[in-house]
Amino acid sequence: MLKLENITKSFNGTTILNQLSVDVNDNSILSIVGPSGAGKTTLLRCIAGLDRPDSGKFILDGKEFDPADDSDTEQIIGVVFQDFNLFPHLTVMENVTLAPIMVLKQDKKSAQETAESLLKELSLESHAQQYPFELSGGQKQRVAIARALAMKPQILCYDEPTSALDPSLRDAVGKVILELKKTGITQIVVTHDPEFASNISDQILKVTPINK
Amino acid sequence: MLQYTSEILPSLLSGTVMTLKIFFWTLVASLPLGILVSLGRSSKFKPLSWILSFYIWVMRGTPLLLQLIFVFYGLPNMPFFHIVFERYDAALFAFILNYTAYFAEIFRGGFGAIDKGQYEGAKVLGLSYWQTIRKIVVPQVVKIVIPSIGNEVINLVKDSSLVYVIGLGDLLRAGNIASSRDVTLLPLVLVGIIYLLLTLICTWVLKVVEKHYSYYR
Repeated sequence: MLKLENITKSFNGTTILNQLSVDVNDNSILSIVGPSGAGKTTLLRCIAGLDRPDSGKFILDGKEFDPADDSDTEQIIGVVFQDFNLFPHLTVMENVTLAPIMVLKQDKKSAQETAESLLKELSLESHAQQYPFELSGGQKQRVAIARALAMKPQILCYDEPTSALDPSLRDAVGKVILELKKTGITQIVVTHDPEFASNISDQILKVTPINK
Repeated sequence: MLQYTSEILPSLLSGTVMTLKIFFWTLVASLPLGILVSLGRSSKFKPLSWILSFYIWVMRGTPLLLQLIFVFYGLPNMPFFHIVFERYDAALFAFILNYTAYFAEIFRGGFGAIDKGQYEGAKVLGLSYWQTIRKIVVPQVVKIVIPSIGNEVINLVKDSSLVYVIGLGDLLRAGNIASSRDVTLLPLVLVGIIYLLLTLICTWVLKVVEKHYSYYR
C-alpha cells in the first residue's frame, strides 16, 4: 500500500498542496481529479520525484521512501507524461529498452525480449522499428506506457492521459489502464475528466484550488 | 604553364597537408571540448560558469590572429614563467582554444533547444545525469547544431591560413613563396582553387551528415 502523509507544497508563497494525505491500495486505480490549478499535476510530480514537497512523507508498504532519490535501481514509480516525452531520435524499441539496459543493466537481448512482449500486449508489435514522429497520438502514448512498464515499477502514474488524444481514443486508454490492472500494478491517474475517472477508478481523490 | 604548375604543385600539396593537419586536429579537439565547456557554462557551480563565460568572452572578443601571435611570440616573454611552444603546437593550441569557445556557444543554443520533458522523461526512468546527456540530449543537440557547426568548419578551413603569421608552412605560405620567387600570380590562383576544393568537400560532407540525421523529426 502507498500512503501519502501530509504532503505540502508551495511555489513562491502560494500553497498548492496543503497537508494532503491519501492511501492507495495495492493493485487499485486512484484518480486525482479537479480543475486546473488545483495541484493535480504538482501532486503527481511530487510522487514521481520531479518536484520535492516542502513537507510530508511517502510510505510504501510501511517503509518511508523518497521519490526524488534515484540512487536505488529498484523502480518504484513509473510515469506516463501528458505529452509522452518519448525520445524522438530513438526507435520505439530503443525507447523501451534504453532504461532497462542503462539502469537495470539488462543485456540487450533480454531487454528486447521483454520489450517485444510489452509491445505486443499494447498492440504495437508492428511499430517497433518506427520513430515516434511516425506514430499517432494514441500509439505514442502506448509506447510511453510500454517504456514505463519495462522498468517494472510498482506504481504507474499518468498525467492527463486523455488530454492529448481525440475523444474516440479516450475509452481505448481507459481499457488499457483496466487491462494493466490485471497484471497487479497500482495506478494513479491525474485527469480533469470526472467521467473518465469514474469509469476506471477504484478510488477518486478530488483536489480543489486552495483559496488564500 | 602546365609544366610550371606541375613544378610547384608538390610544395603546394605539402602546404595543404599542414593546412589539413591543423584543420583536423582543431576539429577533433574543439568539438568535444565545446560540449564540455557549454555544459560547464550552464553549471550551477557559479565560479565555473563565470570562468567559462569570461574565457568565451575573451576568445570571441579578440582576433584569432592576435591569439596566435600572443601564444607563439607573447607567452615566451612572460615574466618569471616562460612558456615556449613549437610553431605547430602554438598554432594548434590557439586554434583549439578559439574554436572551442565558438563551438561552446553553438552547443549552448543547441542544449537550450532541448525540451525539459526530455530530461524529466529520462529522470523518471532512472537515468543518471551523464547517461541522459550522452544518450538523450547530445544526439538531439548534434542534429540541431549541424548547420551552425558547418559554418564554423568552413571558416576553419580558411582561418587555418592565419598560421602564416607564425611562420608555419601551410598552403597559403607555399603559394606566396612561389608567387614572389617566380614573379607570377599563378601559384596564388592555384592556392585559391585548392581552398575552394577543400571547402567544397566540407560542404558535401556536411550535407551527408545532415541527411544522416534527418531520419527523425
